[in-house]
Amino acid sequence: METKTKTDIIRVIIAKVGLDGHDRGVKIVARTLRDAGMEVIYTGLHRTPEEVVDAAVEEDVDVLGISILSGAHMTIFPKILKLLKERDAEDILVVGGGVMPDEEAAALKAMGVKEILLQDSPPDAIVASVRRLVAERGPK
Amino acid sequence: MRPPLPSLQLAERVCTGERRAIARMLSRAEAGSDEAREALDLIYRRAGNAHVVGITGVPGSGKSTLVAKLAAAVLKSGRKIGIIAVDPSSPFSGGSILGDRIRMGEVSGDPSVFVRSMATRGALGGLARGTLEAVDILDAAGYDMIFIETVGVGQDEVDVVRAAHTTVVVSAPGLGDDIQAIKAGILEIADVHAVSKGDKPEADKTVSDLKSMLGLGLPAAGLRRAVPVVKICSPREEGIGELLAEIDAHRDYLVSSGEYEPRRQAIRERRMLKAAEHVLHEEFERHREGRMAGLLAALADASISPQTAARQLLAHIGMEVRE
Repeated sequence: METKTKTDIIRVIIAKVGLDGHDRGVKIVARTLRDAGMEVIYTGLHRTPEEVVDAAVEEDVDVLGISILSGAHMTIFPKILKLLKERDAEDILVVGGGVMPDEEAAALKAMGVKEILLQDSPPDAIVASVRRLVAERGPK
Repeated sequence: MRPPLPSLQLAERVCTGERRAIARMLSRAEAGSDEAREALDLIYRRAGNAHVVGITGVPGSGKSTLVAKLAAAVLKSGRKIGIIAVDPSSPFSGGSILGDRIRMGEVSGDPSVFVRSMATRGALGGLARGTLEAVDILDAAGYDMIFIETVGVGQDEVDVVRAAHTTVVVSAPGLGDDIQAIKAGILEIADVHAVSKGDKPEADKTVSDLKSMLGLGLPAAGLRRAVPVVKICSPREEGIGELLAEIDAHRDYLVSSGEYEPRRQAIRERRMLKAAEHVLHEEFERHREGRMAGLLAALADASISPQTAARQLLAHIGMEVRE
């Protein structure tokens, strides 16, 4: 096994929030990140924003990835960002995945979501985005 | 971005129960960084109050589901509960999928619960490297009971017994006969047996197999306490209260019988030795670089055997093996 030096293992939590049962994509993303050597915590379906943010804090993740295919992204992402702020955890990098209009993706990024990966994102690009965001953030 | 907080300051915050500090300290303990060692010394001094319970069993036996239900029962008794759930790292990529939280929805978010997932990161034996430092951190942060849920184990990954005060082995029905039950290994380490999936008709057979195995062993092994077997059905919340009562009774037994302190001392000894082994292993990995090519060539043409090559490799790095 490749020996990772300890602190450079990236931890990611992948969550499904609200009434959205579409988890095929999120499982592919989880598997892709695992194969890139990351530790991926999967929350399962139908979580509340509070549950997801609490889990991200407890797990001390680098990245919180939220997959939304229900159309509720303009409600859920602002809620998540607000909860992270309340818990003094704004250094956790929020990444969104799913299907949404380009202008809404831009609006979410303006609010503080670090990256939006739409349905046509190739696996390599997902891995590269996560690595880049963590590198830009620096040590924690 | 704020600069990283020194671990010693973090440790002080851990002892006041601050959740973000606990989470960050867990990451540093897991990484095993030198910077954190002094902080972990401080935390070790503050720890030592919690009842540490190991939950182990084969993959799919129902450990996570049980842990979630047990944790809810602990909460109802007015205690704070920490949960460390271990899942395997890939031997190929080093990555991991940590899925134990999926079943913890019921208790996660409660301020009296702290759930943390850990990947094994190459450690064998059913625990992750740093699991016991993580136990100290949750202990020092004021959690009364700490569950360590191991990876799904095979038959001889029994490290948890040298990590926990009380070990619960979860057996699922229908996986073996009465001979499986008398084999050496995982079944021997139980302080309490739980038979999961109690709604299946075969569960009663598994309970009786375990009971007769325990009956065979009692006098010979010189055990002073009969190991209880509890049938549970986690989704229906059957047997959970009884199981928690047996776990609590085991700690009372350890204290009243005088076995508690020797068991804790055995855990401390094991931790020291494991940590020393880990340092040796890292040193070995660092020093063997560049010494292996010649030996590998000799192995390929069979001029030496792997056993002889191993001794020569150790001699190269200054470790003589005395026969």
